[in-house]
Amino acid sequence: MSENQNPPADTSHEVTVAPEAGTAVGPAERFTDPGIPEHKHRMTDTDPRAAKRAERTVTFLFVLSVLGTIGSIVAYVMVPPDGTTSGVRLSTLLLGLGLAVSLLGIGIAGIHWAKALMGDREMVQERHPLASSDETRAEAVKDLNDGLEDSGVVGRRGVLKGAFFGALALFPLAIAVPLIGSVGGDWNISKFKHTMWKQGMRLAIDPSGRPIKASDVTVGSVFHVVPETTEEFRETHEWITEKSKAVVLMVRLNPEDLRTDQSPEGETWSHEGIVAYSKICTHVGCPVALYEQQTHHLLCPCHQSTFDIADSAKVVFGPANRRLPQLPITVDSDGYLVAQDDFAEPIGPSFWERLK
Amino acid sequence: MRWHRFMTEKLKHSQRDEDIFVKALAARRHHRLAPVVLLLLALLTTGGVYAALAPSTANAETVSTADIETGKKLFQANCATCHGANAQGTDGVPSLVGVGAAAVDFQVSTGRMPMQMSGPQARAKPAQFDEEQTAALAGYVASLGAGPAIPTDEQVDATQGDPSNGMALFRTNCAMCHNAVGAGGALSEGKFAPALWETSERNIYQAMQTGPQSMPVFNDANITPDEKRDIISFLVEQREGSAGGNALGALGPVSEGLWAFAIGLGLLIGAAVWIGAKSS
Amino acid sequence: MSTATHDTTREAPAEPTTPIGKAADYLDQRTTIGVLVKEFARKVFPDHWSFMLGEIALFSFVVLIASGFFLTMFFEPSMALTTYEGEHPANMHGQLMSVAFSSTLEMSFEVRGGLLMRQIHHWAALIFMASIVVHMMRVFFTGAFRKPRELNWIVGIILMILGLGAGFTGYSLPDDVLSGNGLRITDGVIKSIPLIGSPLSYFVFGGEFPGHHIVPRLFTLHIFVIPGILLALIALHLFLMVLQKHTQYPGGGRTDKNVVGYPAAPVYVAKMTGNFFIVAGVLTLMGATMSINNVWNYGPFDPSPVSAGAQPDWYMLFLEGSLRLMPGQGTEWVIGGFTLPLNVLVPAVVIPGILFTFLIVYPFLEARVTGDKREHHVLDRPRNKPVRTGLGVGFLAAFIILALAGSNDLIATHFGLSINSITWVFRILIFVGPVFAYYITKRICLGLQRKDRELVLHGHESGRIVRFANGEYIEVHTPLDEQERWLRVNYEAPAPLTIAPKTDARGVKRKGYASDKRWQGLSRFFYEDRVSPVTPAEVEAAHSHGEHDQLDGSERQAVEAGAGTTSREH
Repeated sequence: MSENQNPPADTSHEVTVAPEAGTAVGPAERFTDPGIPEHKHRMTDTDPRAAKRAERTVTFLFVLSVLGTIGSIVAYVMVPPDGTTSGVRLSTLLLGLGLAVSLLGIGIAGIHWAKALMGDREMVQERHPLASSDETRAEAVKDLNDGLEDSGVVGRRGVLKGAFFGALALFPLAIAVPLIGSVGGDWNISKFKHTMWKQGMRLAIDPSGRPIKASDVTVGSVFHVVPETTEEFRETHEWITEKSKAVVLMVRLNPEDLRTDQSPEGETWSHEGIVAYSKICTHVGCPVALYEQQTHHLLCPCHQSTFDIADSAKVVFGPANRRLPQLPITVDSDGYLVAQDDFAEPIGPSFWERLK
Repeated sequence: MRWHRFMTEKLKHSQRDEDIFVKALAARRHHRLAPVVLLLLALLTTGGVYAALAPSTANAETVSTADIETGKKLFQANCATCHGANAQGTDGVPSLVGVGAAAVDFQVSTGRMPMQMSGPQARAKPAQFDEEQTAALAGYVASLGAGPAIPTDEQVDATQGDPSNGMALFRTNCAMCHNAVGAGGALSEGKFAPALWETSERNIYQAMQTGPQSMPVFNDANITPDEKRDIISFLVEQREGSAGGNALGALGPVSEGLWAFAIGLGLLIGAAVWIGAKSS
Repeated sequence: MSTATHDTTREAPAEPTTPIGKAADYLDQRTTIGVLVKEFARKVFPDHWSFMLGEIALFSFVVLIASGFFLTMFFEPSMALTTYEGEHPANMHGQLMSVAFSSTLEMSFEVRGGLLMRQIHHWAALIFMASIVVHMMRVFFTGAFRKPRELNWIVGIILMILGLGAGFTGYSLPDDVLSGNGLRITDGVIKSIPLIGSPLSYFVFGGEFPGHHIVPRLFTLHIFVIPGILLALIALHLFLMVLQKHTQYPGGGRTDKNVVGYPAAPVYVAKMTGNFFIVAGVLTLMGATMSINNVWNYGPFDPSPVSAGAQPDWYMLFLEGSLRLMPGQGTEWVIGGFTLPLNVLVPAVVIPGILFTFLIVYPFLEARVTGDKREHHVLDRPRNKPVRTGLGVGFLAAFIILALAGSNDLIATHFGLSINSITWVFRILIFVGPVFAYYITKRICLGLQRKDRELVLHGHESGRIVRFANGEYIEVHTPLDEQERWLRVNYEAPAPLTIAPKTDARGVKRKGYASDKRWQGLSRFFYEDRVSPVTPAEVEAAHSHGEHDQLDGSERQAVEAGAGTTSREH
């Protein structure tokens, strides 16, 4: 039961705690602390054989730990991972078991020792109030004041103080500006609005890079598409960055099942039931890849945004708000599928300047 | 005479035994487990009678492979009610003209067809027809219209495929539904892409070729036959398990988190309780 | 001036003879270490298993540092592209990948113990976060955040947030498809921030996503910046704990002015060291037998593939769940041509903001509505603070519902349900569940308190029935012993705040009354329903009629006045 007293009631408008309603003031108004419970002896305290047994157990556990250490070193030397699944699995298992035994041996031994053999009488120590004594506080305040006086800025040295704080506040900018400024690359956020798709660029299969003929795309198929490029380019960083905006999902529906697409008046962005939509989800950017052939729904596995390919890829479920942008496609003279142009709007997740 | 007495004695004994038996039963007729025992007996009896008397589901005829006539008869008996007498399809049920032998072999050998339960999708279950019957059905449907053929053994031989290329293809075309190593995944509205651990090589090929249910079609121009074999090789290799130990279902961070709590924190809190407990 | 080399006012200490004695003397003459030894060698620590949850976190952190060091010997944080020539794993042979990914593969398949260390490291990270959360809940439910420990609570919350950051940066280092899609989502969230989002995305990635700077940057954060701050704050956390001395559970002899327990040397040193080895041993066992984060199955990052079951590590699942639950309809606003995607901002910024704000302000809120400025070193039994416990359970319910929502596709496949239905259920449950959990918990706590009262007043039911001569039957109750009783009466049931009246003696309205009234209202929410501890007078009254459980007239009034809304059914 706490023996701290509430601070005396304040007559200003600070709120106060009401005394326990209904508790009569008087002797024995609350039960008193019965003190620390009686110490119960352990078996190891009363029975010397039990103590000896405990000692032997602890010793055994430490020895087991040593054996574990030796085991793990033997495994290290004699069971190298041969790279195969089962070989690596075995090596990992043996090294790990050896290490685990060596650690657990010490741990369990130590705990058993503490619990069974070390003295277990409860001890009491006093706590002291955390606040420093009034004397100390007074001295501290005096010291600080003395220091302030000695600093020579007591009184109205406004310009000095202003310049002091100003300099201190501003110098970090000399480090921060180059750091932040250089960390952001070319800061050209208008790149978000364009992809590498251009008029006449062939659609190619991901990851092999083969161009696609319209006749190859049968009803019910889905092709994962990237722009056709050289193999050299496909081994660069720039390719990964461009691909992360340019990936496209292409499907073929029966033309009568294709209700709407995003072709504006007078243009045709699909080709005989073949439509191509951006594969980057307009929610937060995962690849939208789960095409359900029978429902024509495209499901994103990250947060379950669902788009209806038969209906301009509009959102039918989930946290996405906008439909997937459509890649306008047509067929070139050799029958290969090509893009007519880049997407008509920025692909992927929304950002502040998206419509500007 | 002695025999007679012997038998009488025996009868008496057995009667007594029977009496004892009957009395013992009667004494326990109000035992609280009596209804349970009766129910079990009833279930066993019903089940046994059913098993003995129920009509067998398949016509046990020995057929030669690709016997189109047999296939036609099987079709009429088992498939025509939904798919139409000439497999032309009915309302809501697809036509089978042009689906090819591969589609039939896939659907029938995985037990998905004949479909027995309505639901978001047809479920794999023990196959209702044996290999010869399946082949007959496949032959019949293939005769109705040209479609993908059943792949040869060489086409699906995992040892001839390149698992590395297979992985590159699988993760682009398949992992989003079936999970990175084929442990299965959810689709919308209760549909799902099944786990592939036990799928035969031939059925993996055929599924890609024919695009069952929600699965799109991956024709040979999209994923070439060699590439299909590479994918099979990749999937078969995954069946060796994980190099790191128990794969925990290969389901990813959610199952890892679950086991971290269940086993890891469970053991460690258990250890803490042991450490803090007063010793006896 | 004396030129003596010894201080002659002190007696010269006896020369040490043993090696340890000599070493101690050497050190003490240079560092005054004797003072520390005197202070700490037999320092008393209270003993309870729930005090070891923080230790599990601390020791997991040590394991993370040790295993992490091993990993840094082999991991190369570079996004330069290379072709993997290693034969194993077979599914990676000949593939183009970043050096970060290939060094991870080599470490796993060619370095002895490499995969073991990777797995120990990752399991330790999961356990680190799990034990932090469990430890935080223990501190919350026992009220260990009250004065003087509010600052330590804040330090703990910051440690938890840093732990989230350490985990996130860590699992993104191998540059695989799973963590790479996580980075993509992070980029999407950054871009959704109004005004600064787009430049911030450039800042983080050094250009457009993904660029080739992000992995080395995360590496610096993961092995240097975050662990550095973590170490400093852990030191502060432990320093405050030692300075303020650990709290203790209520019981005989335990007061706000003492510490009852066992001495540091030898008991606590042994127990803590033992616990460390057990934690390390269990983590090693997990790393040796349970596979985790096999990045070669996801493949090196490429923006095109994605795997079913695309989730982050468990401690980020609450964010994942809130992203999945938010509906997209009508939640993206365009204001003056600028886009404000609330469908991303609300789940990714606002919801975690609410959760963390609740945690951070709670100690101060509770202190304010209790009007309590005393130091507290004796813990609360959770049942004795029903509203606090209820709020804590409600918070946990929200966290768990969000985490389950983040796993909705796995729930769908494992239970054969529609993922769309599951999402709708959780959309409703996230609002209804925490409220329901709060209410049920509060009622359970009040019920337990009443049960305690009954037990103190009437004792344990002994099962012996006694028949009196007049035909009356009663059950004999054995009274509680002193310790049992003390445990159940040693608490306070604070009443709601009282505030100074609206107008003063002259009828002038005072400033601050409206604010006081609001605080009083909140205080009522916390403390209106309360069960007061039993007083000796009540026990007297209960016993004055033998074993009968009747109170009449005046005694009943005394009890009811002090007991708030307690009802005593018989």
